[in-house]
Amino acid sequence: MNRRELLQRASVLVSGSILGVDSLLAKNISWDDMEAELSAKGIGLFSKKQVQLLNEVADTIIPTTDTPGAKAAKTGQFIAVIVSDCYEPADQKRFLDGLATLESDCKAKTGKDFMKCSAQERQSFLSELDTAQKAYHKSKKKEDPAHYFRTIKDLTLWGYFTSEIGATQALRFVEYPGKYTTIDYKKGDRNFGGY
Amino acid sequence: MAEKYDAIVVGSGISGGWAAKELTERGLKVLLLERGRNVEHVKDYPTATTKTWEFPHRGRITNAMKERHPVQKRDYPYSEFAPDFWVDDLDCPYTEIKRFDWYRGFHVGGRSLMWGRQSYRWSPWDFESNKNDGHGADWPIRYDDLAKWYDYVETFAGISGSAEGLPQLPDGKFLPPMELNVVEKDVAARIKAKYDHRRMIIGRSANLTVEHNGRGSCQYRNLCSRGCQFGAYFSTQSATLPAAVATGNLTLRPFSIVTEVTYDKDRKRAKGVRVIDAETMQSIEYEAKVVFLCASTLASTFILLNSVDSGSLPDGLGNTSGQLGRNLMDHHFRCGASGDVEGYEDKIAFGRRANGFYIPRYRNFFGDKREYVRGFGYQGGASREGWQREVAELSIGADLKNTLQEPGKWTIGMTGFGEMLPYEENRITLDKSKKDKWGQYVLAIDCEIKENEKKMRKDMINDAAEMLEAAGVKNIRTYDNGSYPGMAIHEMGTARMGNDPKSSVLNKWNQMHDVKNVFVTDGSCMTSAACQNPSLTYMALTARAAAYAVESLKKGDL
Repeated sequence: MNRRELLQRASVLVSGSILGVDSLLAKNISWDDMEAELSAKGIGLFSKKQVQLLNEVADTIIPTTDTPGAKAAKTGQFIAVIVSDCYEPADQKRFLDGLATLESDCKAKTGKDFMKCSAQERQSFLSELDTAQKAYHKSKKKEDPAHYFRTIKDLTLWGYFTSEIGATQALRFVEYPGKYTTIDYKKGDRNFGGY
Repeated sequence: MAEKYDAIVVGSGISGGWAAKELTERGLKVLLLERGRNVEHVKDYPTATTKTWEFPHRGRITNAMKERHPVQKRDYPYSEFAPDFWVDDLDCPYTEIKRFDWYRGFHVGGRSLMWGRQSYRWSPWDFESNKNDGHGADWPIRYDDLAKWYDYVETFAGISGSAEGLPQLPDGKFLPPMELNVVEKDVAARIKAKYDHRRMIIGRSANLTVEHNGRGSCQYRNLCSRGCQFGAYFSTQSATLPAAVATGNLTLRPFSIVTEVTYDKDRKRAKGVRVIDAETMQSIEYEAKVVFLCASTLASTFILLNSVDSGSLPDGLGNTSGQLGRNLMDHHFRCGASGDVEGYEDKIAFGRRANGFYIPRYRNFFGDKREYVRGFGYQGGASREGWQREVAELSIGADLKNTLQEPGKWTIGMTGFGEMLPYEENRITLDKSKKDKWGQYVLAIDCEIKENEKKMRKDMINDAAEMLEAAGVKNIRTYDNGSYPGMAIHEMGTARMGNDPKSSVLNKWNQMHDVKNVFVTDGSCMTSAACQNPSLTYMALTARAAAYAVESLKKGDL
């Protein structure tokens, strides 16, 4: 598949979507170019502000500890790419509606925009939201859609632990193990990752 | 004037690569035809060393990819990690009278580049099963006919495994086995203690555990299906193609879609093949003394059904038996059990093993008698949970992160792979109402699993749970994700071997009863399906047929 074919395929998609999918795949963009892309006009279905919001939400789920957190790993960008390029239109809408709900609920509960909340306020607001999604999933019927915060959380974990930071710092990445064997493990050792 | 060769091999996957190697090494000038593009070893594995985070979608397929891959998208093999190895479904449609998932790769090497690499011999009992229970035709060969050819192909391909002395799964010429991990060893010992005839062994895999024939050993990255820069698993590119090229007798022609075998009515022999150049649409004829069809189970039979000799063979070439297209089989799978293992928190697996454990068939063997015939084996593995696990007691934040940075508990799971009987009505035909991108008719596939397989699935689920329980595994969960033919990518049959030309398409040498200089050595030839992964058997059958074909040619019999 060459770049021209990709662009052609992407343009078919664009005509069928509301906002126009201006995806990384279509542009063959690398993660290094992400910052430039983001500062220009957002990613895919997401405005620059929405990507920033996703990064702050993700960073509350996976904060910086002794290793960098989800924002440093560009998890917000990753979520925007996945939702824009891989989700079915109905799921895209559900995700964007969920993100809007998150913002309005935050305002209702804290009196502030999520972006203006302190780290502690963000933590307690999202913890409550996490409790709500867990309760919803306990009782939901199989065919009911996932709670939007469940989706955000899952995407955050996936995006973070498969990022270079997540795979090589939060986890241990061995590119060429050279063997398969059972070794000793002691509590506190990082898991192996990178896949 | 058509170009002339000693032999034409159609298809460059596992079977075609072997045919090309064996025929060229015996001195024949061979034309190897491949319908797709060329893929050069190492150079054309663009993602072999790409890290997960370097893929924009971390492997997930995009909506744009789904558009042209409505079939390939149905299961995990088609991903962002190596999308170009999978067929464009819109260019190459087929008709599903019943659901049949057809996973294809159109390029030099075919599915030898993406295969699962599990490599098991069939047992003497497998070759006798049709005769013993009356389903399908009797195999025209027995294990002893193939044993030395298994030796031969294993020695060249490099199969890692352990010698176990099991009558239902003969040992081979193995490279050193991979390791079972500490939990698997424990479970294997408990199963052995509890059951007379059930054994959990390390999978036998076409991955090199040591350097072999100039190829590098496995680095335990578990990225095989993107292509391996070490040549550490068997593929056409890593093994058979370089051997064939080294003879100086091989001509490889990619972008060559074989549409029919051309026929000489008077001599009752194939003249050669007709090809459409996939890029230029030009129609070209090639001639040869012998033709090997190795285009894959359904594609080889398509070519034969489509070889009507301008109408003189309305039912296709070599189809006086009426069996061409019939008895399509696959394995049925996607059911079994998994559970949690207590203990071993002080151990972890290092490396990524592109292999697992195997439990060979035990049902309806050793005096066991079930309410279905044939049986199943299991593939599975044990590992510690990763960041994907659900941590119910934690919400969000540093605690969650710290927990997910560490491994979770050990879990173990296994999936049954069951034998599917040959049913005449499970068949493929030409669908003349539809054409592909190159103006060719397409296949209609009408295939389903039936009562025998459905009864077997109950055992596949219950036995898995029972063995895990016997091994002390906790919180056991059974599953049945449903299995449609094609999903196992072990399609077999449609041009079966047999002794009787009235009820079979090929004789005991994989030679067409009706057309002596045409051999079919891919999965189409299979008379029954057993429950083992079939590719190793195709290799052995192909090498054996090639040796016979060259001998016959020399004697002037073809």
